[in-house]
This record gives sequence, structure tokens and C-alpha cells, in this order.
Amino acid sequence: MVPATAYLALSAVLFTLGAAGVLVRRNALIIFMSVELMLNSVNLAFVTFARQHLSIDGQVIVFFVLVIAAVEVVVGLALIVDIFRSRETVDIDDVDLLRG
Amino acid sequence: MEWAVFLPAAALAVAGGIGVVAARQPVHSAIALLIVLASLAVTYLVLAAQFVAVLQVIIYAGAIVVLFLFVIMLLNVRSGEGPAVKLPRQAVAAAAVAAGYLAALLVAALGAARPFPAVPQGFGTAQAVGAALLAGYLLPFELAAVIMLVGIVAAVLLGRRPPAGGEGR
Amino acid sequence: MEGLAPAGVLLLLAWPLAGWLANGLLGRRLGRIGPGLIGSAAVAGSFATALGLLAAYRALGPEAGPIPVPLGAWFGAGALVVDASLLVDPLALTMALVVSGVGFLIHVYAIGYMAGDPHPARFFAYLNLFVFAMLLLVTAGNLLVLFVGWELVGVCSYLLIGFWFDRPAAATAGRKAFVTNRVGDAAFLLGLFLLFTSVGSLDILKVGEAASALPGGVRLAAALLLFAGATGKSAQIPLHVWLPDAMEGPTPVSALIHAATMVTAGVFLIARLGGLFLATPGAMAVVAVLGALTAFFAATVALRQHDLKRVLAYSTISQLGYMFVAMGAFAPAAGMFHLVTHAFFKALLFLAAGSVMHAMHDVIDVRRLGGLARPLRQTALGFVVGGLALAGVPPFAGFFSKDLILEHAFALGMATGNYLPYLLGLLTAFVTAVYITRAALLTFSGRPAEPGARPHEAPPVMLWPMALLAVLSVAGGGLGARAAGEPLLRFLEPALPHPDGALAGVHAPAGPLMVLSVAVAAAGVALGWTLHRGRRDPALGALGGVLEQRWYIDALYEAALLRPARALGRWLAGPVDLGAIDALVNGVGRGLARLGADVRRWQTGYARQYALGVLAGTVLILVFWMLR
Repeated sequence: MVPATAYLALSAVLFTLGAAGVLVRRNALIIFMSVELMLNSVNLAFVTFARQHLSIDGQVIVFFVLVIAAVEVVVGLALIVDIFRSRETVDIDDVDLLRG
Repeated sequence: MEWAVFLPAAALAVAGGIGVVAARQPVHSAIALLIVLASLAVTYLVLAAQFVAVLQVIIYAGAIVVLFLFVIMLLNVRSGEGPAVKLPRQAVAAAAVAAGYLAALLVAALGAARPFPAVPQGFGTAQAVGAALLAGYLLPFELAAVIMLVGIVAAVLLGRRPPAGGEGR
Repeated sequence: MEGLAPAGVLLLLAWPLAGWLANGLLGRRLGRIGPGLIGSAAVAGSFATALGLLAAYRALGPEAGPIPVPLGAWFGAGALVVDASLLVDPLALTMALVVSGVGFLIHVYAIGYMAGDPHPARFFAYLNLFVFAMLLLVTAGNLLVLFVGWELVGVCSYLLIGFWFDRPAAATAGRKAFVTNRVGDAAFLLGLFLLFTSVGSLDILKVGEAASALPGGVRLAAALLLFAGATGKSAQIPLHVWLPDAMEGPTPVSALIHAATMVTAGVFLIARLGGLFLATPGAMAVVAVLGALTAFFAATVALRQHDLKRVLAYSTISQLGYMFVAMGAFAPAAGMFHLVTHAFFKALLFLAAGSVMHAMHDVIDVRRLGGLARPLRQTALGFVVGGLALAGVPPFAGFFSKDLILEHAFALGMATGNYLPYLLGLLTAFVTAVYITRAALLTFSGRPAEPGARPHEAPPVMLWPMALLAVLSVAGGGLGARAAGEPLLRFLEPALPHPDGALAGVHAPAGPLMVLSVAVAAAGVALGWTLHRGRRDPALGALGGVLEQRWYIDALYEAALLRPARALGRWLAGPVDLGAIDALVNGVGRGLARLGADVRRWQTGYARQYALGVLAGTVLILVFWMLR
């Protein structure tokens, strides 16, 4: 029987990978995929805790995370397309209009 | 027995995660993400969450990754990233912060881990999740629908081409 | 009467208020003569109402007592609940009659005096407002209502002194009067606070009843604080300096406000709170001595003033000192008697002086006058009548009242051994006779100092009020003369508390004292005549210089108070305000601007950097939670 520790460690590793991707990569699409990676790691943690406490709530939350992730991807990708149309780039370091 | 399923899935997930973050081409990242999603679906099965596993495959792998691929094709961005000139120390700082974060996260998460009890009959089935969703979470469920609608409207507005000669949106 | 009192006293107040509103709001459409007519009619209405109230009150018989007129709750804050209330009693009626009666005559006079002024409506609006405020002051049933009237007459005084505000001297004098009065008013307010905390009410009747039960220290402090307020309003030492300068105002104002009515408010206050003051011998001693000192000091200064109105102003200060002596000698009725006669003859003197100014085109320096008895026969006659009354020559009104005060002061000396008020009072009577003789001789006798001037007698509208006041200056003595049955004193008697203890049984030897004071007055007139006959004006040597400089008191205030205050002001404006406070404020602004300039550099516009910050912050929060 695989203990909860293993699942949670996997979740933590995946989350950190995703966070590192957001910080290091400059391609907006890859950043977005890294965000998806983080969301998935959180989902894994939720499902693990649902199993640990035998509470179905954890799995219901995963459903909502899925919904939000889908909406976020839709809007985010639309934004990326829009930016690309006007600036011919998906490098987010080039998008710095809010510089102080 | 479970280890035999979990270990390959976990290894694939970590490898896929590294792939998402490290791939040079966005297409490769998308493929790596797909691998991660599939691996996680397998672990969900092991964790007695069959309905979530199915959702994972259908929505994430089926819809979201496909959307990513569409956009990648649409924009036709190949490598994209040249040498990082604007934030030279970002990678080092990110590595440090991420390492700290991983440490903190591991301590926190592992401290919360408890032995798994036996799974009762019917836990994690579509019936169980659906019943909880529509009984205890009806209002959030409906709100989620509204959020989706808002997202669709936003995407349509953003994706519209500016009218010819017009002032934009 | 009981039922009529509220309506009557409200009507009394309504007349001048209506006149003020009419002149203030519609004045510009009333032409040159309209404002004066309306103003005079309003005060005449008040006078008629006061007469009616007097008749109704006397019809109640001698046991009438004070009639409170409650007007409902004014405001309440915690324990402080103030009812707006008025009070009708002999004291209030006497004052109301003097204010409205003398006020009416002066209003009529002012029609002629202010005929050439471009702003008659403003003038009569202020004057009517003053009469309203003064009537409110004297009919107040609550000390806070009285204080409102007190402050309002102060405002009117300020406005009227500075009526010709385009003359710097007038504007400065108004300011000086106002600021000096504030000093006294602050003490007045403190006294009110003290009375409220110890008595629990500011109702005049309640305060009077409760006063004798108060602890001695509280009573003394309250009485002295209120007396300090009275010294401001009534121009007693040390707050007398504003009154001579107040002569910059139009002469009717000097006559009405700064001689006959407003400046007597301090005397009235002490009579009104007789219950408090008579129960506090310590405060009464202070009142008597300070009043006597003021009387003597101001009379000596009047010896060597060259501005005729300033002579009269110092004379007013001196006579007010007499009234305070009477109060301090436990004889408020005598003080009120002198207040009334003084209102008559001092108003007459001021109106005569105004007539001289009118004739000589605002020349008022006695060194430039002279020989006016021939062209200004009626005016000169009025001045002489007023002067004789002031000097205390029988049978003029001033003789009776001043003599009564001296008699009581002597009685005070017999009872307490404190003869200082009497001696100073007697000396003052002598000096008074000298200075008023000097003023009359320099102004009216001899040859004109400037022969080119062609003086002309005042119009009838100015002469008739003077004539009436002259009659009153002669006949007014009958109000308190023993031979006439002392009607005013008997009328006032029930309204004023009687002294108990040592003074109750003491009777001064009236006959010899009277002879002495007549002799002193006669000697004063004689000395004045010898010194100044033929318009001579000996300088009196070094002493004359001191007197001319008003005992250097104004100079002392200038050096000891004003100059340090101005230096303090400059210091506060320069180093403190500009150097410290502004620098602090500007420094905060500059510091924030610099901080902003530094912080804006953090806003790089790189989303990845922000994300790094978010993650680092999350790590910190996580660590914090785990360590907690």
C-alpha cells in the first residue's frame, strides 16, 4: 500500500516544477502550461486528502478546479493571441507597459 | 501491487513536468503536459477517485491540451526564446526560491499525511461525486456555470478581429 | 402684570431688533433720513414699552418681587441645561428705562449729527442692534443669556468705534477695545464655569440664593472673576486703556455706548449678582479700592488731556470708578443712582462736545478751540450744566448721587477701618471739578484760537435732546435726594440684597460730609477758574508730563505686553511656522516624493519578477506558519 507521503511528495515536486517554470520561462504559452502543472499538483493533493479522510469533498473541489482551469485557459489563451496579434511576440518580458 | 502502478506513474509525471518546464518548443511542452496529465489520471485511480480520473482525461487531456495545441499552431511560434538579457539573475533567484518553497511544502504536506483507511464501497464513483456536488455544492456548481459563460464571452470578445479601419474594441 | 410680563419684555426687545432688521436689510432704500427715523422710532417704542412695564410693575405694589420670564429650554449638554429666561425686576426696569430713554435722545441727536454721513443705515442698524443687546443684557434672567447680551454689546461697540473704518486710528481703536474686552470676558467665562460647577445652575435668582451657602474660597474666586469681567467692560484699572481710544467713534456712539450705557454693564453686573458680591466682603474690598484708585487715576489724567472727548472719556472712567466704590461699599442702590444721573449728564457733555465738533468741522483739540460761548450759546449752556452736575455742585444731579456714594464710602470706613475709598473719592471730586472747569474754559471762554473758523450752532434736532438731557441733569437728583423722598432708591431697594453684619447699623454723619464735599467741589471749580481763566493752560511741570502721558500706563502695556507679543508673533511666524512647521510638512512631502521615486523602480513591468516576489512571499508565510 502506497502511503499518503508518497502522493504528497509527488504533488510538492510537481508544484515546484510548475512554479519554477513560471519564473524561468519567457514564452507565455509555456508559462501557461506550467500554471496548469501547478493546478494539477494541487488536484493530486486534494484527491490524496480525500482518500486519507474518506471525504468526498476533496474530489468535488477537484471538479471546481477543473472548471476554473478551463476558463482560465480559454481567457488566457485569448489574451495571448491578442498580444501576439498586436506585438508579434509571446515573450512576456517584451510586455512591460506597466514599468514604473 | 499499488507500488507497481504508482512508481511508474510518478516517474512519468516528474519526467513530464521537467519536460513541460524545460522543453525548447511549446509543442514539446504540450506533449509533456499530456504525459503528466495521463500519469496523474492513473494515480487518481489508485486513490479511489475514478470519476476524477475520467474527468482528468476528458477535460484536461481532451479539451485543454488540445486548445493549447491549437493556439500553438495558430501562432506558429517555434523556439521563441533568445538569451535572457532583461532579467539576468532571474534564473538563480528562481532556483533558490523554488528550492526553499519545495522544502517548506514538503515539511508542511508530509506533516499532514496519515495512514489511509480502508475504502468503503462506492467511494469516488460518479454517483458519489455527483450526489455530493448537487446536494451540498449546488450554489457553487451553478456559479461555476456562470463563470464559464463569462469566460466564453471574454474569449469571444478578445478573439474578435478589430473592425476594419475602426478604433479597435 | 404677571401675565403681561413675558409679552411686555419681549416687545421691549422686539422694537430695536425690528429696527436693526429694517435698517440692516432695507437701509439702502430708505434714503438719507429714513434710517434715523426708523432707528429713533424703534428705540422710542422700547422706551414706551419700558414705561408701560414700569407702570404695570408698580401697580403690583411694593411686594412684587422679581418676575422671571422663562422662554423655554435653550440647550442642554449633560448636566449643563440652560433655559433661556428673562427677568423683570426694579433693577432691570431702571436699566431698561435709562438705556431706551437716553438711547432715544441720542438716536434723535444722531439724525442731525450723522446727516452728512454716506452710510446712515449702517450706523442706525448698529445702534439699534446695540440697544437690543443692551436691553437683553439688563433683562436677562440667566447668566448665559446675560453673557450673550454682554458679548453682543461688545461687538456693537467694536463695530461702532470702527464705524469710520477707513480711518486707521478708528480701526485700531475698535480692535483695541475688542481685544481688551476679551481679557475681561475670558475671566467672566471662567467665573461662569465656576458658578455652574458649584451652584449647578446659571439662573440669576438661583445663583443669588445659593451664593451665601458656597464655600468662601469659591465665592471669592467667582466674585473676583466676574469683577475682572466687569473691569473690562466698564474700563477699570487695569483694563481701562480701550475707552479713551474708543472716542474715535462717532460722538453719539461715545455718548450712548461709552458713557451712558454699555460701560455701566460691569456696575450692573455686580448689582445683579448682589447676592454673590454682598456675601463676599473680600471681593467687595477689592471692588471698592480698585474703583477708588481708578476714579482718582482717571480724574488726574483728565487734567492734562487736550482732546475734549478724551477728557470726557477719562471722566467716564473716573465716574465708573465711583460706581464701583458704591458697589464695594455695600450700597448698590447708590451706585445705580449714580449710574442713572451719570447717564444723563455725561451723555449731555458728550452731545455738547459733539455739537462743538459739528460746528468746528471735527476739530476737538481744546488748544485749537476757544471763544465758542458766543456762537454756540445753547451748546455752551448744556456743557456747563453737564459740567456742574459732573463736578458735584448742588443742586445738579451729580451732586446727590456722588454725595450719597461718598457717604456710604465713609460708612464703609467707619465699619471696616478702610477709609481709602472715601479719601480717594473725595480727592477725585476735587480733581473732577478742576478738570471739567478747565475743559469748559478752554473750549468756550476767551478768544478763538483759530479766528478763521466760522462756527455755527447745531440744528434743533441736535439741540432738543441736549435740552432734555440738561433738564434731566438738573432734575435727576430728585430720583435719589432725601428731600424728594428717594423714589429711585426705594424702588430699587427690594431688588438689591442688603448687607448683613458689620455694615448694617452704621450711619455716616450725612450733614458734615455733605458740607465737606460741596466745599471740595467749590474749591475745585475755583482752582480750575484761577488756573485756566482766559484760556491759560499751565503745564503743571513734571507731574503734568506724567499726566499727559496717562501715567505711562499705555506705554507700559506697549513695552511689557504688546512688544513681547509682537516679537512672539514674529518668532512664531518666522522660525516656528516657516522654519519648523512648514519645513516639517514640506519635508514629509519631499520625503514621500523621494520614496515614490525610489519605489517606482521596483515596478519593472516584468511579470516574472512579480511572480518571483509572490512566491518568495508565500515561502515566508509558510515558514512563519510552521514556526508559529
